[in-house]
Amino acid sequence: MLHIVACIKQVPDTKIIKMNPKTNTMDRASAPAILNPYDAHAVEEAVRLKKRYGGTVSVLTMGPPPAVKAIKKCIEIGADEGYMISDRAFAGADTLATSYALTKAIEKISQIKPVDLIICGKMTIDGDTGQVGPGIARRLDMPPLTSVNKVKEINVEEGYAIVHRKLEDGYEVIQSTMPCLMSVEKEINEVPYSSMTNMLKAARYQPVIWAVADLEDVERTQLGLKGSPTIVSKVWAPTKPSGGEMLEGDAAQQTEQLLDLLLKKKELFAVKGGSGVEL
Amino acid sequence: MSFEDYSGIWVFIEVKDGEVVPVSLELLGAGKELADKRGTELAGVLIGENVTHLADTLYEYGADTVYVYDDTIFKNYRTESYMKALLECCQKYKPEVILYGATSTGKDLASAVATDLPTGLTADSTILDIEEDTGLLLASRPAFGGNIMATILCKKYRPQMATVRPKVMKALSPEPGRTGQLIEETASIKEEDIRTKVLEIVQFTTQKVRIDEADIVVAGGKGLGSEKGFQVVHDLAETLGGAVGASRDVVEAGWVEHHHQVGQTGLTVTPKIYFAIGISGAIQHIVGMQNSGLIIAINKDPEAPIFQSSHYGIVGDAFEIVPLLIQQFKQAFNQEVVDHV
Ligand SMILES: Cc1cc2nc3c(=O)[nH]c(=O)nc-3n(C[C@H](O)[C@H](O)[C@H](O)COP(=O)(O)OP(=O)(O)OC[C@H]3O[C@@H](n4cnc5c(N)ncnc54)[C@H](O)[C@@H]3O)c2cc1C
Ligand SMILES: Cc1cc2nc3c(=O)[nH]c(=O)nc-3n(C[C@H](O)[C@H](O)[C@H](O)COP(=O)(O)OP(=O)(O)OC[C@H]3O[C@@H](n4cnc5c(N)ncnc54)[C@H](O)[C@@H]3O)c2cc1C
Repeated sequence: MLHIVACIKQVPDTKIIKMNPKTNTMDRASAPAILNPYDAHAVEEAVRLKKRYGGTVSVLTMGPPPAVKAIKKCIEIGADEGYMISDRAFAGADTLATSYALTKAIEKISQIKPVDLIICGKMTIDGDTGQVGPGIARRLDMPPLTSVNKVKEINVEEGYAIVHRKLEDGYEVIQSTMPCLMSVEKEINEVPYSSMTNMLKAARYQPVIWAVADLEDVERTQLGLKGSPTIVSKVWAPTKPSGGEMLEGDAAQQTEQLLDLLLKKKELFAVKGGSGVEL
Repeated sequence: MSFEDYSGIWVFIEVKDGEVVPVSLELLGAGKELADKRGTELAGVLIGENVTHLADTLYEYGADTVYVYDDTIFKNYRTESYMKALLECCQKYKPEVILYGATSTGKDLASAVATDLPTGLTADSTILDIEEDTGLLLASRPAFGGNIMATILCKKYRPQMATVRPKVMKALSPEPGRTGQLIEETASIKEEDIRTKVLEIVQFTTQKVRIDEADIVVAGGKGLGSEKGFQVVHDLAETLGGAVGASRDVVEAGWVEHHHQVGQTGLTVTPKIYFAIGISGAIQHIVGMQNSGLIIAINKDPEAPIFQSSHYGIVGDAFEIVPLLIQQFKQAFNQEVVDHV
C-alpha cells in the first residue's frame, strides 16, 4: 500500500491579477486565491496512482489559515488526508526555508504513516521557481525526479518507480529507487470534474493544522525570512516594447508592404534552403 | 563564512549529444562581463563522458579556466552524480557566483546543489549584474506569471547562484585559438551510490526546426479557432522555411505539442523574424518573444495588446491575410531567383 504525499500551495490567480500602475505592486484583492494549477495535477496523479496500486493520498501545504480552502479543493480531487503547517515563523520563506519547513512536516507525517512517494507540482504560478520539490528531496535524501510527464510503473514490493522525464526535445525514461520525489508537468494528466461524494466530503473536511511548536527538531533559524538566503530587493513592472507601425490599406496592400519588408531580409529564407519554396 | 575566500564566476556547462548547449555559451558571455567587473576569472565546470576536448570551445567563448569531470559515470545527466561533482568542486575552489541555464537539467541540478551547500538560488533570471566592490550579484527575474520583475539578492551566503533563461544573454563571438587552464578532477561518487538509472532517451523527430534555434518563427494563437484553422500557421512556416510557434492556449487546446509553446511557461525565442498570428499578446507570451529582431503581428482586433509589442502590425482576418501573403511571397521569391540566374 502506497502512502503518497502531494505538496500543494494556494496562490493568487496571476492570470487575472491587476497591477497598481502608480505603485507598481500587485493588487492582490483583484485576484482570487486558487489551488496552484500545477498542484492540481500533482494531486490528481497521486489519486490515480492510489487507484492503480492502492494506498492513501495525503496533501500538505504551508500557508496562512485561508489556505485550508486549497486543501479542500484537493479533497474534492480525491485526496484522503490534509495537513497544513501555519505559523508566523514561516512567513517570508524563500525556497530553501520552504523546503526546510515542509520537510519537517513530512517527517511528522511519516511517523503517522511512512511515506513512499512525494509529488510536487512543476512550479507555482506566483513565485514560479520550481525549486521547492528538489529541495525537499535533498533534505529527505530521496532521489529528485523533476519534469515528470508520465509515471510508467511503480513497484511497491521491489521499491522502484519508472517515469518519463521531459527534456527540451523529447523525454528520458528513468528508474529510481523508492521512496522518491517527483515534480510533475501539467501534461501528465487531466483533472476531471469532482464527484459529488468528494465535494460533500470536502465541504465538511477539516485538515490537521500544525504550528512550529508541533513539529520536532526544528531549528528556528532555518525558518521564514531568517532562514532565507535570498531577499527580494526591488520589484518593478516589466517594460513592454513600444508599438511600431501599423500597415495601412486593404488586405492586398498590407501584405505587399509586408512582403517588401520581408524581402529585405531574403538571406534568411535562402539559408533554410527554401524548404517549401518552389524554386 | 569568510567572503574573501570566495572568488571567480562559474558557469555550469551543459553538454548534449557531444556538444555544449547554446545557453552555456550565452552564460559564458554574461559571466565574462561579471568577471571583468570584479577583476576575477571566468570558469566553466564541464561534466560528462568524453567531454574534455570541449574545453577548447569554452576558452574561445571566454572561459579562463575549465574544471572537468570526465568519466563514464557522467554519461547521462543524473542529479546525484552531477550534484556530487559540482559540490566537491565548489567546496574545493569556492566560487563567488555559479550560473546555470534554466533548462530541465540546469534547474534540477541548481536546486539540488543550493539545498546541499546551502545557499540562495535565484530562478529564471533574465538580467544579471554585480556590485564591483562587494561582489553582490543582482539577479532579476520575472515572477507572478510575468506580471512583475524582481531583483533577488543573496547577501549572507556564498556562492551566489542563479539559473538564467536561455536566449536572453549573448554569447561572445568566439576567439579562435584562445586558450586557458584545464583542471582535471575526479569525483568521489560511485555507481552504486546512485539511485537512478537512465533506461532510455527518446528524442522527438517530428520537430523539424527547434523554435528556439530558428531564424524565423511563425506563431499562432487561439484566434485561429481550431486545429484546422491553425494550418495557415504551418503553411506560412513551411513557405518561409521557419519553425512553428504557439501560444499556451493553443497548446492547451491540443493543436500542437508543448515544445512549440512560446512564453513564460514555454520557450524563450529570439528569431530574426517573429510572426504573431491571432495571438492577443498576454504578458506571459510577450516575455518569451520580445527580443526577436522583427516582430510582425496579424490580428483582427485593432486594440489587441500584441500591437504594442510589434514592429509592424496588420489589422485583419488571418484567414484572408496569411494565404495572400503566402501566395505573394511564393511569387516574389520565384521572381527573385529568376532575376539572379
Ligand atoms: C517576486 C518574488 C520572487 C522570488 N524569487 C525567488 C527566487 O528566485 N529564489 C527563491 O529561492 N525564492 C524566491 N521567492 C520566494 C518563493 O516564491 C517562496 O519561497 C515560495 O515559498 C516557494 O517558492 P515557489 O512559489 O517558487 O514554489 P515552487 O518551487 O515553484 O513550487 C514547486 C512545488 O513545490 C510545492 N510547494 C511550493 N510551495 C509550497 C508550500 N508553501 N506548501 C506546500 N507545497 C509547496 C508545490 O508542489 C509546488 O508546485 C520569490 C518570491 C517573490 C515574491
Ligand atoms: C502562469 C502563467 C503562465 C503562462 N504562460 C504562457 C506562455 O508561456 N505562453 C503563452 O502564450 N501564454 C501563457 N499564459 C497564458 C496567457 O496569459 C494567455 O492566456 C495566452 O497567451 C493567450 O493565448 P492567445 O493569444 O492564443 O489567445 P487569446 O488571448 O484568446 O487571443 C486570441 C486573439 O486572436 C485574435 N483573433 C481572433 N480571430 C482572429 C482572426 N480570424 N484573425 C486574426 N486574429 C484573430 C483575437 O482578436 C485575439 O486577440 C500563461 C498564463 C499564466 C497565468
